[in-house]
This record gives sequence, structure tokens and C-alpha cells, in this order.
Amino acid sequence: MKTIKELDEIRKSVYEKVKTRVGVESKTEKKSILVCGGTGCTSSKSPKIVEELEKGIRERHLEDKAEVIKTGCFGLCAKGPIMIIYPRETFYTMVKPEDVEEILTEDIEKGNVVERLLAKDIETETLAHTLHELGFYKKQHRLALRNCGRINPENIDEYLAFDGYKALEKVLLEMTPSEVIDTVLKSGIRGRGGAGFPTGRKWAFAANVEADQKYVCCNADEGDPGAFMDRSVLEGDPHSVLEAMAIAGYAIGSNQGYIYVRAEYPIAVNRLKIAIAQAKEYGVLGSNIFGTDFEFNIDIRLGAGAFVCGEETALMTSIEGKRGEPRTRPPFPAVKGLFGKPTILNNVETLANIPEIILKGAEWFSSIGTEKSTGTKVFAVGGKINNTGLVEVPMGITLREIVYDIGGGIPNGKAFKAAQTGGPSGGCIPASHLDTPIDYDSLMQIGSMMGSGGLIVMDEDNCMVDIAKFFLEFTISESCGKCPPCRIGTKKMYDILDRITKGLGEEGDIEKLEELAQNIKKSALCGLGQTAPNPVLSTIKYFREEYEAHIKEKRCPAGACKNLVQYKINEEKCKGCSMCARNCPVSAISGEVKSPFKIDPQKCIKCGLCMQKCPFKAIEKK
Amino acid sequence: MAEKKCCCCELNSEKLKRLDQIIEEHKTMEGALIPVLHEAQELFGYLPEQVQQKIATGLGCSLAEVFGVATFYSRFTLEPKGKYNIQVCLGTACYVKGADKVLEKLEQLLGIKAGQTTEDGKFSIQDTRCVGACGLAPVMVINDEVYGKMTPDMVEGILAKYN
Ligand SMILES: Cc1cc2nc3c(=O)[nH]c(=O)nc-3n(C[C@H](O)[C@H](O)[C@H](O)COP(=O)(O)O)c2cc1C
Ligand code: FES
Repeated sequence: MKTIKELDEIRKSVYEKVKTRVGVESKTEKKSILVCGGTGCTSSKSPKIVEELEKGIRERHLEDKAEVIKTGCFGLCAKGPIMIIYPRETFYTMVKPEDVEEILTEDIEKGNVVERLLAKDIETETLAHTLHELGFYKKQHRLALRNCGRINPENIDEYLAFDGYKALEKVLLEMTPSEVIDTVLKSGIRGRGGAGFPTGRKWAFAANVEADQKYVCCNADEGDPGAFMDRSVLEGDPHSVLEAMAIAGYAIGSNQGYIYVRAEYPIAVNRLKIAIAQAKEYGVLGSNIFGTDFEFNIDIRLGAGAFVCGEETALMTSIEGKRGEPRTRPPFPAVKGLFGKPTILNNVETLANIPEIILKGAEWFSSIGTEKSTGTKVFAVGGKINNTGLVEVPMGITLREIVYDIGGGIPNGKAFKAAQTGGPSGGCIPASHLDTPIDYDSLMQIGSMMGSGGLIVMDEDNCMVDIAKFFLEFTISESCGKCPPCRIGTKKMYDILDRITKGLGEEGDIEKLEELAQNIKKSALCGLGQTAPNPVLSTIKYFREEYEAHIKEKRCPAGACKNLVQYKINEEKCKGCSMCARNCPVSAISGEVKSPFKIDPQKCIKCGLCMQKCPFKAIEKK
Repeated sequence: MAEKKCCCCELNSEKLKRLDQIIEEHKTMEGALIPVLHEAQELFGYLPEQVQQKIATGLGCSLAEVFGVATFYSRFTLEPKGKYNIQVCLGTACYVKGADKVLEKLEQLLGIKAGQTTEDGKFSIQDTRCVGACGLAPVMVINDEVYGKMTPDMVEGILAKYN
């Protein structure tokens, strides 16, 4: 338990040590080596790098010259593992454990930059010494991610140093619950979990209900495959979420919070556990917080791999220990939620914004972004794009800016075909809409949605019918089965798509898909079913001719649908080297050495290996 | 698929005692079933009937309820997994970069399909949705080891490390 004064002292003394990380000059000679400990970089061996650094520092007695800090995600996952060395802010990318020796000798001991580990800006082709010199960061505005890559998420002191728990202090000592709700309302922040409901309104509903017990829940189920925004916030800055939940608890009159987090996120779960324990130890969670009679506790509940549990009522049923099936609404959770009590549920990213809104004010927040979509949005940018990773941008930025200025464009000189937002509930945005501003309403208008922040880029090699089928397959396996439109209807749609991709499509299939889609949207019980047809509808809307090519000409223009492509050897280019025949797993290729080879279409399984192996590019896909 | 043994000879009494403890610790918790199943699966690697029965009795609910929950969530498994559990991510980021071809190659090499275990109980294949390393897509995970930027060509060499 720490007093307000003690917390302030910690803030002051730790800030001295960490302020170089926000560009404030400091007298300390000691260098801070920040290494990304997010999931992406951890997968490419960043823990080993930390270990080697610590060992090297010990062996060379550099303890006074440098320290190692494991942080959350810096965002540029494509170039991981990432390392930043302060105060010079040198930004090293694709660091390997073997590079540690050189980094210690050259950078830490001699003060030189290890140039070969610097990243090259894709556009200008110049070496970037700091992250600000990379196009990837120039248009970003890191707000929810403010502490990711800046602090050690396992050390509450570093969170405190950047005004951590100041917002909770302000709320408890200087504001009434309705003033808190008012501030959140005025900020204009809308839910970042997908639906975009105004957070202040949600809180106000729950605050107005009389009850002996209320709950605050945090949705960290992050079901959209290919999205990792919430995970990165939890891994990089868990305290911001805890602080926001306590603020929400004060605002609505609740003393208990639950974080529902995917069990597939072990690093996030672990850091949350550490953060909760530290917050309790410091007395910023628990009873009599900051000497008031406000009490707030937080428990973690693990999801178990069911996408539908991201839906609010299903999530609450799951916390209750049951099969995670959604319930009909009304009653809304604000009236009757978890264990039958009034409950609010907010997404991780929504919550991560709250402390900043309280400290800096509603006007400051609403000045960022657009009028109806205030603030920023974090996107997990993936797929066929150079800079895969995590980006946070002000609302209203265009898709083009994200794909080209930040994302560095499409690899291998291919053309942009579409971007998918909103995951299995969203839609594809074609090249003709690259200049659409990214905000809740504009995306709805063009048949997609903001979603939780997954943004997958596709190029000319991706078949849109196949992608629609991919999402429906996902919905089918994740449908809880409670309501027939979702359980049976999506399966019917899938069957049609499956036929189309196999070359068995019939005239009228597109119309059948559209009809089924409209019916499912109208009659499904929860958001999962109601939005499941969206990927099909949006691809039909923008890529109808691709559907037609499959159905009428039995042709897949992208060359992705296996049953519709044929591999052929171009006799003029073939030198008869037999490389293809030797690599074919089913012995479908035959011929005499030094004369053109042939593929037997009956035997060919269309694995494409021959095309990859041919040194003369003589194999063509039609 | 691995030959099924009767679970009472597989489950040693020490683990069963630990299960009793876990149940005891959670008895007063609201919504305890899922947390207990998580811990039980961690302990045994899967959830055989005997374990489900014990949990049902311990928490005062029916076996049907336990079975219903255990089969609803894809993370819970009623069958033991192979010594090396290979997960191929079929999340969107991995799929658009050809993860299905990696899976296909793996299935072909091991002679089993996703969801199955090799006869010798050594490997099982699982298709999963997003392991959160989308920047490294396509991704394959063997137990805790993550392999990124996969191509079908790489599969054989990686498997060899486990043989
Ligand atoms: C099928 C389905 C899955 C969902 N998955 C998530 C999820 O993974 N994370 C999330 O925050 N919200 C998800 N949502 C939205 C939640 O129901 C809810 O709107 C949100 O968590 C509320 O928080 P917010 O207002 O802060 O966005 C999902 C909704 C549906 C219908
Ligand atoms: S989609 Fe495969 S790791 Fe995210």
C-alpha cells in the first residue's frame, strides 16, 4: 500500500531514468536497450537476445553503462526482432542473438552505430537511424499504444513514471461519477471492439440502474483471426487497462471487474497477472484506493477458443462457466448482464484510451480524428504488404495512406486488389475506394466496417470468391448452433461457394447467395450470424465479374482456385532439364532430357511445386 | 489415431490428487467450471471421462454439463494429443499468404489430416486461427516453438528436427 505522496516520489525518481525515451534530455550516461517482447518478436527469438545482452553486460561489467528492458510491441513486426537504444534512439531491426556481441562492443562501449542493423526506408531507400525517420511511423499517432515499446510492462514504476494511475487519482479525488461519464461522453469515443457504440452512453445506462452489485468487463477475446491489437496493448501496457477499468467501476458504481482474455495469449495473460499483483501491492487496486472508500478488484477469466464468446452476451455466459451461447437482447447487459447484474463491457483498446481522456480532457481527444469518429484507431496490418505490423492512426486517414505511406505498398511489384477490414463480419474494400477515409460511418457506407482493427491486404493472386469462402468456413465452424439461420444458412451459402470454386457453379448462384445473405442478416440471433454474410456480399458487390468468370467460364482469374487452373509447360522455354519431373510428388511429369517435358493433367494435383522449381520459368498456370 | 487405453490406468494417482486440490480451490468461485477445465487439461493434457466425472461430482454439477462445456470450446480436447502438437495457423493473414499449402504439405508428409494424431502418437496436426504472430505469416507452431515465414518446402526440414 503506497500513499499518494509515495507514488509521486516513485514517479519523479523513475521519470528521471526513463525520460530519454520520450525525447527529454537527461544527464544520465547510462544507455537503455529496449528490446521488443511482444509475441511477434518473441517468436523470432527476442528472449534469447535479452538473455545474451544481460550476460554480456555482466561479463563485461557494463552495469553502469547500460541496462536491458523488455517492452511491448513497437509495431514494425515485419522487421522484428526490434531493438531501440536510448538516448540516441538508435533503431535496430532484424536483430539476431549473434549480433549482441557487436552491439555491445560497437554501440555500447565505443558509441558507434551498427549500420548494418539499421532499417532502410522503403520509399527513400535511406538508412533510418531513429524510428521517426521511417515512413512507417510518420503518419502514426500513438495514443492507445502510447506506452507500448516505451515501458517495461512488468514494472508498475515505469507506468507510474508516465503519469500512470494519475487519472484514477484525479477521478477519485476531484470528480463525481457523473462528471467522469460526462467527460467520456464529450470525448466522443466509440467502442473499438467493432460496433462503435459511444462508450459514455454505455456507461451512463449502467450508472442509472439501481443494483446491489454491478460489473465491469473487459473484452480481450480478440477473435478476428489476423488481428492482434488488443493483445499488443495487454502485452505492452497492461496497467492502462486496469486503470481504466477502475475508472469505469467508479463511474457506474461497481467494485468488481473481469478481464476475459484468450487462453491463446499466454504472454498477455502472464503480464496481466503481474500487473494486477503489483497494482494491489501499491494499493491502486483493492479497497480504500487513494484513501477513499472506493474499492475495486479485477479477476482474469480465460477464454477457450470460441469466437462467439467475443459477442457480449456470450462472453458473459462464458464467464458464468457455461457454454458460450449468446442471449437475446433486451434485456441489455447494462440492465441484466453478468450473473444477472448490470454490467458494462468494453474492448481493450477502448479502455486503453480512457486514462488519457481523463488527464488531457475531452476536447483534446475530440480534436483528434473526425467529427463523428474521434481519436485514433489501431490496426493490425497484415497479408500482402511490406510493413506488416501494428499501426495507430488518427481516424479519417485514408486507406491509401495506410497501405502505401505507412505500409510501404505491396511486395514483389504486385498490384493492390483489396483490403479486408472487420474480419469475418466485415468486407473487402477494392482499389477504387482506396481514398475512403477510415472512420466508422464511411466504412459502413461502402459495405465494410471498422471492426476491431484487422486489416488484411490482398494482391492480384488472391481470389475473392475463395476469400469469401474462407470467411464463411470460419463462421460455420464458429457458429454456436443455437439459431438456425446462422447454423444452416451459412452452411448453404458455403456449399454454393464451394461449388463455384470447384467449377461447378450454375447460372443463378449469385442471386441465390444474395437472397440467403439477406435472410440470414435479418433473422440471426446475434452479431455473428447477422454479419456473417458480409464478406460474401461485399465481394459480390465489388468483384462480381470474378464470380461470373468462375461460374460461366469455369475460370479463376487470380489463378488461386485449384480445380480451375491447369499447369502447362511452355515448349519453347523448356530446356528439358528434368528439374520439374524430379520434384513432382505424384510423378505427373515425364519426358526425355533435353527435349520439352509434359504434364499429365489427370495425375497433376496442382501443388505448383514444378512452377517454383523450374529454373527457366517455363511452367505456366492457366 | 493413438490406441485408446482405459483411462484409469493412464491417470496416475498423484495427478488425480492434484485435481482434487484444484477442485477444492475453486469450489466457492462463481463460474468455476471453465477455470477448472483449463487447469485439468494443463495437468493431464486432455480431458478423459474419468476426469470430467470427478469435476462434475466435485463442483456439484452433472456430467452432461461438464461434457457440454468441454465440447463447446475448441481448446478443450477429449483425446490425447501427439508428443509434438503441430499447429498451422489458418488465420486471415496467414491464409492469404498461402498457409493452406503449408498445411497440405504437412498432411501429406505425415499421412494424417488436421485434427488427427499419427499412429505412433508422435505428431498431431491442428489448424488454428491466428497465433498472434501475423507479422511472420504464414506461421506454424510445434509445441512452443514458432516457425515464421513458412513455405511448403520448409516443412520437411523442420519435421526432421523432431524425428
Ligand atoms: C461474433 C462477435 C464477436 C466479437 N468479438 C469481439 C472481440 O473479439 N473483441 C471485442 O472487443 N469485441 C468483440 N465483439 C463486439 C462485442 O460484442 C462488444 O460490442 C464490444 O466488446 C463492446 O466493447 P466496445 O464498446 O468498447 O467496443 C464481437 C461481437 C460479435 C457479434
Ligand atoms: S493470422 Fe496467422 S498468426 Fe495471425
